[in-house]
Amino acid sequence: MACYLTTGKHMSIYLSVFTVLALLAVTAPVALMFGFGGATAARSSVLPLRWFGKTYIALVRGVPDIAFFLFFVIALDQGIEYLRHKALCPDWSEPIRQGNDFVVCQAAKMPLGNAPQWVHETYGFSLAVLTFAIVFGAFAANVLFGAMRAVPRTQLETAEAYGMTRRQTFWRVLVPQMWVYALPGLSNLWMVLIKATPLLFLLGVEDIVYWARELGGTKTSRFTDYPHGDWRMWYFLALLVFYLIFTRVSEVVLGRLMNRLTRGQATAGGEAQRKAAV
Amino acid sequence: MKTLILTTAALALTAGMALADGHAKTIRMGTEGAYPPYNFINDAGEVDGFERELGDELCARAELTCEWVTNEWDSIIPNLVSGNYDTIIAGMSITDERDEVIDFTQNYTLPDPSAYLALSADADLAGGVIAAQTNTIQAAFIADTGATLVEFATPEETIAAVKNGEADAVLADKAFLAPIEADDADLIFLEQEELIGGGVGMGLRESDGELRAKFDAAIQSMKDDGSLNALLTKWEIGGAF
Repeated sequence: MACYLTTGKHMSIYLSVFTVLALLAVTAPVALMFGFGGATAARSSVLPLRWFGKTYIALVRGVPDIAFFLFFVIALDQGIEYLRHKALCPDWSEPIRQGNDFVVCQAAKMPLGNAPQWVHETYGFSLAVLTFAIVFGAFAANVLFGAMRAVPRTQLETAEAYGMTRRQTFWRVLVPQMWVYALPGLSNLWMVLIKATPLLFLLGVEDIVYWARELGGTKTSRFTDYPHGDWRMWYFLALLVFYLIFTRVSEVVLGRLMNRLTRGQATAGGEAQRKAAV
Repeated sequence: MKTLILTTAALALTAGMALADGHAKTIRMGTEGAYPPYNFINDAGEVDGFERELGDELCARAELTCEWVTNEWDSIIPNLVSGNYDTIIAGMSITDERDEVIDFTQNYTLPDPSAYLALSADADLAGGVIAAQTNTIQAAFIADTGATLVEFATPEETIAAVKNGEADAVLADKAFLAPIEADDADLIFLEQEELIGGGVGMGLRESDGELRAKFDAAIQSMKDDGSLNALLTKWEIGGAF
């Protein structure tokens, strides 16, 4: 049993757990940044910027995730290669589109054709992070946009009365207070993001669901030292437990964060905390 | 500063030219990794099987540096034409439909009979439910018969469908089904077999004629000195050249 659970293949699934965790660790802050940018743009007083923010939110939120993932990543990859091709191989005479084929010169390949496999994997991983960040950034932008409007108007008026500029009001009064309104929405997004990680395999990153399926599949005695029947159910059960534990831990942490953010705020929660402390 | 930028640019350019040289290129071999004995992931987590050995030998003969990548069967052709890897070596039978989209080398297996695997010998092949993997010659074959076709994305699921009664039988390459039949007392082969497909070949982009010629020559040399037959026997894939 111990031997079985430590085969090279099982090492791959343990490693892919870290891939998933790394993806979340990188994607969450990047998506939040995208969201913050989107929300700020959407409520900007500059018209084109406002249009940009609103279009971003509406467009990305309206497209099914899976379609976005399939289309955007291929388009992004080919776009990068096209630009590199134009820059690096100016004297290339053959067309880039030859029937079904997408052909660029060797030097324009992203990553380079002779790069080791880990570079290809890292590149795929970065594309995944970017795509996840854009999708979840749009949802986060909508949440933050709403949260910014939920901050009581009187707070902002008071700030203005003290003679703060727009910028000062935004950074010193609006932003610190909006998180408490944004957190329920953001925590929802975090949960959805955790559960969306199996979409990784669509992008060619071998995640835990891929390895669970591969390891659980029937193995005949000719091709492995550990033949077994269809064990996918057990591997998927392990995945289920993993995700449940992970989301439960997230809930606890987010609950504490909510408590911390509520302190001293002009909300019902903040009022309750104040009364309890007295 | 300006000179620095210029030198870097010049360096990048020369490096680019050096890389454009065909010999420096690594050939990425795309496979599914879920279809033993053709290709599968072994206990160490690496690609293994008949095609792994064949591919490594072909690359050695053609003096190419090769690297193995796995990809879902469903999207294996689209990812080849968009350039994510350079060859498909995944037990893919040569058919006219596929030949319109990609190019094939000469076949490296003879047309292998496809067999039916079922729970009982009296499974209804004419009007029953038959499982097959999506986008395979077997799926296309069943679609043309009177039987109802159920398709699955992976070979594993086609077997599971028969075992849980969702399908009456599964149609797949006999070399793939034989080890499964040997291990499982419940499953038996039906007498009827179908001879479909034109043998298995390597798939390449249509614009990659040079690479195709190299692999073609390597396969021919393996056919000539009998080493291909030795591999076919070793992995128990039917038919010798």
